[in-house]
Amino acid sequence: MKYLSEYRDPEMVEAFLKEIHHITTRPWTLMEICGGQTHSLVKNGILNMLPANITMVHGPGCPVCVTSVSVIDEAIFLAEQPHVIFCSFGDMLRVPGSKKSLLECKASGADIRILYSPLEAVQLAKNNPDKQIVFFAVGFETTAPSNALSVVQAAKLELNNYSILASHVLVPPAMEAILSDTNNTINAFLAAGHVCTIMGMEEYEPVAEKYKCPIVITGFEPVDLLQGILMAVKQLEKGEHKVENQYTRYVQREGNRMAVDIINSVFAVNDRVWRGIGTIPNSGYEVNEQYKNYNARIKFNIDIEKAMENKDCISGDIMKGLKKPKQCPNFGAKCKPEHPLGAPMVSSEGACAAYYQYAGINHV
Amino acid sequence: MDEKITVQMSCPMPKFDFDVITLGHGSGGLLTHRLLQSGVFNLFSNDLLDQQHDGASFELNGKIAFSTDSYVISPIFFPGGNIGDVAVNGTVNDLAMCGAEAKYLSLGFIVEEGFAMNEFWKVLVSIKTAAEKANVKIVTGDTKVVEKGKGDKLFINTSGIGIVHTNAFIHHRNIEAGDAIIISGNIAAHGIAIMSLREGLTFETSIQSDTTNLNHTVLALVSKYGKDIRFLRDPTRGGLASVLNEVAELTQLGFHIDQKLIPVQEQVESACEMLGLDPLYVANEGLFVAIVKKESAGAFLNDLQKDCNGIHAAIIGEVLADNGGKVILKSRIGGRRVVNYLTGEQLPRIC
Repeated sequence: MKYLSEYRDPEMVEAFLKEIHHITTRPWTLMEICGGQTHSLVKNGILNMLPANITMVHGPGCPVCVTSVSVIDEAIFLAEQPHVIFCSFGDMLRVPGSKKSLLECKASGADIRILYSPLEAVQLAKNNPDKQIVFFAVGFETTAPSNALSVVQAAKLELNNYSILASHVLVPPAMEAILSDTNNTINAFLAAGHVCTIMGMEEYEPVAEKYKCPIVITGFEPVDLLQGILMAVKQLEKGEHKVENQYTRYVQREGNRMAVDIINSVFAVNDRVWRGIGTIPNSGYEVNEQYKNYNARIKFNIDIEKAMENKDCISGDIMKGLKKPKQCPNFGAKCKPEHPLGAPMVSSEGACAAYYQYAGINHV
Repeated sequence: MDEKITVQMSCPMPKFDFDVITLGHGSGGLLTHRLLQSGVFNLFSNDLLDQQHDGASFELNGKIAFSTDSYVISPIFFPGGNIGDVAVNGTVNDLAMCGAEAKYLSLGFIVEEGFAMNEFWKVLVSIKTAAEKANVKIVTGDTKVVEKGKGDKLFINTSGIGIVHTNAFIHHRNIEAGDAIIISGNIAAHGIAIMSLREGLTFETSIQSDTTNLNHTVLALVSKYGKDIRFLRDPTRGGLASVLNEVAELTQLGFHIDQKLIPVQEQVESACEMLGLDPLYVANEGLFVAIVKKESAGAFLNDLQKDCNGIHAAIIGEVLADNGGKVILKSRIGGRRVVNYLTGEQLPRIC
């Protein structure tokens, strides 16, 4: 069962755990960037297997969690326009906007479709010339190439009924925002393997150097995560701060040039508001001037009031690693997956949802 | 479970006046009469239905179980079956989970105007075949037609009456710490078979729904193991995780399961990984969970594995006093976590 069992091998897990326990002499705080990694750590029960002096904090790498309320409001605005078919990845639907979520919007009659690929949205546009198809282009650098490709494809097909609502976010600026915070406690990062599959390793080197912080590009399976943690702890114990690659089966130093080229042909870097964190300069992608006809913000002339975040949600502190979900007074009480106050409780990758779903065990 | 029922060629479609169902077919007039005569009464003919009365009257001896379910599957045809199979098997199985042998079913249709007559016929034939296999009679029914856009092709409701086996003592109150948790086969096949056809999710697969009737399998076990079978439940919507959570909440005992013991077909597991879904929450249609007294669990499993509906059955965990009210999963790598109820639908992840 290739890629389903090898990296979940209990013997390898045991061996890595043993070595981590063996070499750890001091307390270290590591942040895994990606929500997929958070989920795997919690789902496989890894957090309880690590030495007590290793603390894992859960980073901002869940695109659902960091998408701001006002972008959700923009999505809802578009979905409610006549003749629009609004297409999205599944887990964006439950995220609360300032008044409602896309799921509630769908229940009230908006035509909202869950898709797995933006290219399916282009196909929808081709098949429905009397409808406007809008794709909610969210995600980190990982999903940017396919979203960009959908725009290139639509242009090639001369479709004038396709556009995207881009809300892409970039990892390195977020890492810098966390590291430069005066309250920062993070000693090392596990960088997101899939983001680096696209972008490569080089852009992390100045960050590691500037903040003297080890960065290990890490995969998502139990064996990957434990090996990544081991590599990071080894560096910390030796006082090193290199960029290392655990996820060698996918990540190459230069990344995927073809994917990066297509990103650069469609998107321009811009400032982006991160839910709970605020504006981080140069931390997002927006559709560039050349493809502005495919930018839903321009096409539909979106001009809605910018909504405020819910004050009861401490998602910013959670995503910067300053607080754990259980330290939030609303966790599990006012804020549950069925009534989320903020996005980290919504997405299956969100730190709060992961804790709510999988933690809470009494050890016997 | 491997024997799959396909549309029997011995039931040629009768000649209807229309290619599609029209509002007139639900009007109670001549069109309704014709549809019922050739589509229902002739096909499902039995002594009670043949009376063509407003309801069926009959005598039953013993303790009775009564269950109802509505079926709103989309798409209605899927690999391994269709809405008709599920509508019969679902209610038959609900009765089986009470330790009851299904005897009589009611059959209610809500059809959307414009639904193709030949598709309706295919569903009817599947219902007939599934009912024969489960040895249950359809004795009363109803057909309504709603305007185009007010339904989704075809909705079916079935209610069933069955006689509870005299050896059955199935109640969550009977569950004790130490009992074994048994699943009758590979999980998550039905949900993935359906999902493989939905718009936006289409992928190539040979995964088939596991829909089947479990009454013969379950009743044989109930007859032999009696009180040692504490509890039975079919993990349909919400999957294995939801059933275990329900019973954990009811009993306030801890339900401890081991991921490496839970049977899942490799293809289904791969599809779940690809779609970002957890097989524990994916629907099944031909499975049951049994909570069995520890001392009888081995023999129960042995017998179950000899049945065509239990070839892949496995003991997947045990009931313990600790972590009362919770379902605890030991992951493949030995870590432990809580398995909660699902909130709403499982939504596919971004990346």
